[in-house]
Amino acid sequence: MKFIIVAGTPGAGKTAVLIHTIKVLLHQNIKPAVVKIDCLYSDDPKRFASLGVPVQLGLSMDMCPDHFSIYNTDAILEFARVQNSEFLIMETAGLCHRCAPYTTNSLGVCVIDATSGPNNPMKVGPFLSCADIVVITKGDMISQAEREIFRQCILETNPNCSIIEANGLSGQGASELAMQIKSTEKNVSEKESLRHNAPFAVCTLCAGEKRIGASYHRGLLRKMNGMQEYVGE
Amino acid sequence: MKIHQITIQAGIDKLGNSERLPDLQIKKGEIFGIVGPTGSGKSQLIADIEQLAQGDTASKRKILINGEIPTHELRTDPRKKMVAQLSQNMNFFADMPVADFLRLHAKCRGKNNVDIKHVISIANTLTGEPINESDNLTILSGGQTRALMVADVAIISESPIVLIDEIENAGIKKHEALQLLSGEGKIILVVTHDPVLALSAQKRIIMRNGGMRDIITSTYREQQIALQLNNIDQYILSLREEVRAGKKIEQVNFEVLQQEWSTCSTCL
Repeated sequence: MKFIIVAGTPGAGKTAVLIHTIKVLLHQNIKPAVVKIDCLYSDDPKRFASLGVPVQLGLSMDMCPDHFSIYNTDAILEFARVQNSEFLIMETAGLCHRCAPYTTNSLGVCVIDATSGPNNPMKVGPFLSCADIVVITKGDMISQAEREIFRQCILETNPNCSIIEANGLSGQGASELAMQIKSTEKNVSEKESLRHNAPFAVCTLCAGEKRIGASYHRGLLRKMNGMQEYVGE
Repeated sequence: MKIHQITIQAGIDKLGNSERLPDLQIKKGEIFGIVGPTGSGKSQLIADIEQLAQGDTASKRKILINGEIPTHELRTDPRKKMVAQLSQNMNFFADMPVADFLRLHAKCRGKNNVDIKHVISIANTLTGEPINESDNLTILSGGQTRALMVADVAIISESPIVLIDEIENAGIKKHEALQLLSGEGKIILVVTHDPVLALSAQKRIIMRNGGMRDIITSTYREQQIALQLNNIDQYILSLREEVRAGKKIEQVNFEVLQQEWSTCSTCL
């Protein structure tokens, strides 16, 4: 099975780009299964379902959405198997810049908004630097010079990625993304692992502590000065 | 790589119908205007050329270079790019000083010997309040931004194909800006609502509802009219500069304008 993982900051245009891309895939008789991960609420499954593809929504609620999608990968793959889909597209909530949800044999697609400024590619971290394909959206809102600089900054962060300039409104770039999805040689295996480790998240905040103040917190913690330590028993 | 001509292979309009104008060739040295109501697809047309579209944009147009499909590299690598575009954007998003931005862009275009001060001084010939190299891009006014974009396109993005989108609407000196952007032996496309600019172009593409509808070759008479309109335009622009400079306008030389009009009407 081909497993396509789409990550990107909120509002970057992941869903809009995917809707156009799925339309192109459907034209070529490829019917992907779609899984959307979000935190508390999402309308997107309705938009995907209107295309006639099988959709499942996963809400992470109290759990970190990226950890949630990683933890549930088996179940997500099983959903696509039951649907007899050869292609599985998973759209992540992508809130924290530190996680990269791509697994070793998935096709990692990062969607990034060109209006976020040329420093952004350096800031967003592994979900851009580990991606196979970087889709740049909203390029029509900036000047040619800024588009070229933005592109260069992406290549400096991830020299081996393939860049697609897309437009979620007009559907520009969707056929190229569909073509790359269709022609990917990566097949998901029994033993998938993450390309990049997720950040540590073992602390009292994870268990629901709300009080502010270092004395209330235990776990693997990092201070402003860069010191990292385990506090607890 | 030398460019002799580009071909715009017709696509579809907003309703999905084939464009009325068939494939279009633009040769080296030609200046084309692009006219039509707002929303008629003028900017999409030049965006297609900027990306060297291959049926992958909303219009489904294909752009050929010297009659051939451009390579992937030619389409994407800014160092190989043959198209310079001045878009309608009036602001920058990059949060950095002017000089850093220009240096970064020169690097992207593979140009190491660009004199940044020169680019800024060129920009300052087009705008009122001068731009300083330490100014942050995001604080520049609309006019300063446009002026800097013009200078950047003219010098750093210097390319054989030049696309210009509504140069008249930013309060910068449009004639000087156009002069800077144009050059001998280039292919130039100018999106405009300005009759002076539209009539000065050798040909103009008429857009309607997302599609290329027609093409008009400017007649000798139109060229003459353009020259005369240009004189009137220059006169109004000189008044604009006086108003901007805080002067009072005591008198307008209507006779000059009327003379222009009478010679104009005789050639009509």
